[in-house]
Amino acid sequence: MEQKNNGKTEARLMKGNEALAEAAIRADIDAYFGYPITPQSEVLEYFTREMPKRHGIFLQAESELAAINMIYGAAGAGGRVMTSSSSPGISLMQEGISYIASAQLPCLIVNVNRGGPGLGTIQPSQGDYFQATKGGGHGDYHLIVLAPASVQEMADFVFDAIRLAEKYRNPAMILADGALGQMMEKVVLPEEGSLPKHGNNWATVGKPSSRERNIITSLYIQPEKMEGINFELQEKYSRIQDEVRYEEINMEDADIALVAFGLSARVCQKAVDLGREKGIKVGLIRPITLYPFPKKVISAFAEKVNFFLTVEMNAGQMVEDVTLAVNGKRPVFFKGRMGGMIPSPEDVVTELESIIEKISISQD
Amino acid sequence: MIKGTVFIEQNICKGCELCIAACPQESLGLSSKININGYRYVELIKDNCTGCVNCALVCPDVAITVYREPKPSMKKAV
Amino acid sequence: MENVITTNGFDVVYKKPATLTDTPFHYCPGCGHSVVHRVLMEVVEELGIQEETIGVAPVGCSVFAYHYMDIDMQEAAHGRASAVATGIKRILPEKYVFSYQGDGDLAAIGTAETIHTVNRGENILMIFINNAIYGMTGGQMAPTTLLEQVTSTSPYGRQHDLMGYPLKITDLIAQLPGAYYVTRQSVHTAIAVRKLKKAITKSLEYQKLNKGTSFIEVVSNCPSGWKMTPVESNQWLAENMFPLYPLGDLKVPKDK
Repeated sequence: MEQKNNGKTEARLMKGNEALAEAAIRADIDAYFGYPITPQSEVLEYFTREMPKRHGIFLQAESELAAINMIYGAAGAGGRVMTSSSSPGISLMQEGISYIASAQLPCLIVNVNRGGPGLGTIQPSQGDYFQATKGGGHGDYHLIVLAPASVQEMADFVFDAIRLAEKYRNPAMILADGALGQMMEKVVLPEEGSLPKHGNNWATVGKPSSRERNIITSLYIQPEKMEGINFELQEKYSRIQDEVRYEEINMEDADIALVAFGLSARVCQKAVDLGREKGIKVGLIRPITLYPFPKKVISAFAEKVNFFLTVEMNAGQMVEDVTLAVNGKRPVFFKGRMGGMIPSPEDVVTELESIIEKISISQD
Repeated sequence: MIKGTVFIEQNICKGCELCIAACPQESLGLSSKININGYRYVELIKDNCTGCVNCALVCPDVAITVYREPKPSMKKAV
Repeated sequence: MENVITTNGFDVVYKKPATLTDTPFHYCPGCGHSVVHRVLMEVVEELGIQEETIGVAPVGCSVFAYHYMDIDMQEAAHGRASAVATGIKRILPEKYVFSYQGDGDLAAIGTAETIHTVNRGENILMIFINNAIYGMTGGQMAPTTLLEQVTSTSPYGRQHDLMGYPLKITDLIAQLPGAYYVTRQSVHTAIAVRKLKKAITKSLEYQKLNKGTSFIEVVSNCPSGWKMTPVESNQWLAENMFPLYPLGDLKVPKDK
């Protein structure tokens, strides 16, 4: 994966979870509220060690339920705040996330996805794609979702996510997984203080006589008002489509498109190399924003390639968005592993070969 | 005896009668008329209010303003 | 303390605090919520802290508390008001922060947040309105509902073997070292209202000491839920609630 260098000289070998936490401190986070859960407890532990030396408030809450509500309160009071958890804890946060989205509060939520459903496993998975991109909490809302695929991106996306959250007054999520959280890679960290804060006039900071009182709420009993809020949110989400990000690898002459995010994309990048060695003209489209989803680029490639193979560590979630974007123009296939198992590049190539054979048999 | 009086906002009063129960002078009573919300509102029924503020203290709807005659010594200071 | 402004030869000795908005209260006639709202806003006005106070409203009859209190406020999810208040106070430690909750919010769904907020000694004021019933949703049983009390989900009276005992949450949290001042008050008489006002005043002053949580339980009525007139409900309250939830201080600061 191409490593970004922000022009800074410092390069360190860091674990994904710790790079993310360090980036957050450099992003001038006012507070972190969270709860331990494997595989992301290092994020909490990093904050506990570092924040007293640097700046910001750390509080281990009594549960993820309490943590997300502390996030709501602090974000509503104008703070730059974040939390992190893993799948079952993120499920507990869903009510709070719905409230945060409805009250239009900026914040960062990190999900270090583990295998599920239920208590599951501590191994990595991508089974929370639906939860992250389609809701998870109740009502018509969306998180801005970024999917890193390297330790460098674990750090960089903290800045990107906060910037987007504050620009749109919307919660943003970094959807990582257990492997990205634990792996150690070279990372060039963003510069401390390079994400300035802009004040706002909507936070509950104590009402001066110069303005009306600020109220942070998601309760609009009259349906006309509630619909009005929903129109506001939907209009915002249509503007957020401008923030779509993706990466194309070897797609210029590709006959086949792999579509994968996060860890699966790393696997697929290797699969592209292996496939090319075998003469298969395969490329990879890697969504970086899962919401907004890169529908347009996939739709454009649906005019050029023969088929799509979506590779995920779940039972088939992003493949639905790929299928919608392709809109019937080409076949869309799926290769997945579940419950914390990771597909290998060889598995992906074998799957490609098997699909190619099936297609040519059916064409004979 | 100190004289006092109260002003009760008729259309805010919900006729809950807590002020009537709290008044040591039994100065308050429910009107036979109803306000715009359909409640019988409370009004002064006697002239012996002392401005003790008990009614306003228990009034849930903040419908009552209480007035009290100043003591003679205070009048001179003003 | 009452305002003294000369008008027509009479002094105004009580008028509506300026910290309440012009919106009429939607509460049922005689409801204790509105008295507590009023007293709280009187104190905010008298202490001159309107510009520095942030409140957190619960889910329950007082969900719209922010329509009446002219201060910055946040609406919390059911049970979470003390966690939301924690978030606000940690970010803005120099402001006055209070949470306001009913018995379901604080002692059922929010029990974990209640205990841990006090356990951490968060420097906020927690106001707990205990009327032994869930008013907003139509009169169901609350954790604080008395044994034998009839509610819509205890139509034959609360039976301890089926539904457990009334939960004396205030007594529990008074034992936590993080609790600085814990008291139980009411608003059923003028004297009780004056005492509540003193308790709220003390609590807000204590916030500046950063020594822990102030917790005020207000034993209150629910005329609609209890199916009584307001005057009857206050009599019932005095006869039936006080034996289990006696008024007075449960914990006072030792270093005062």
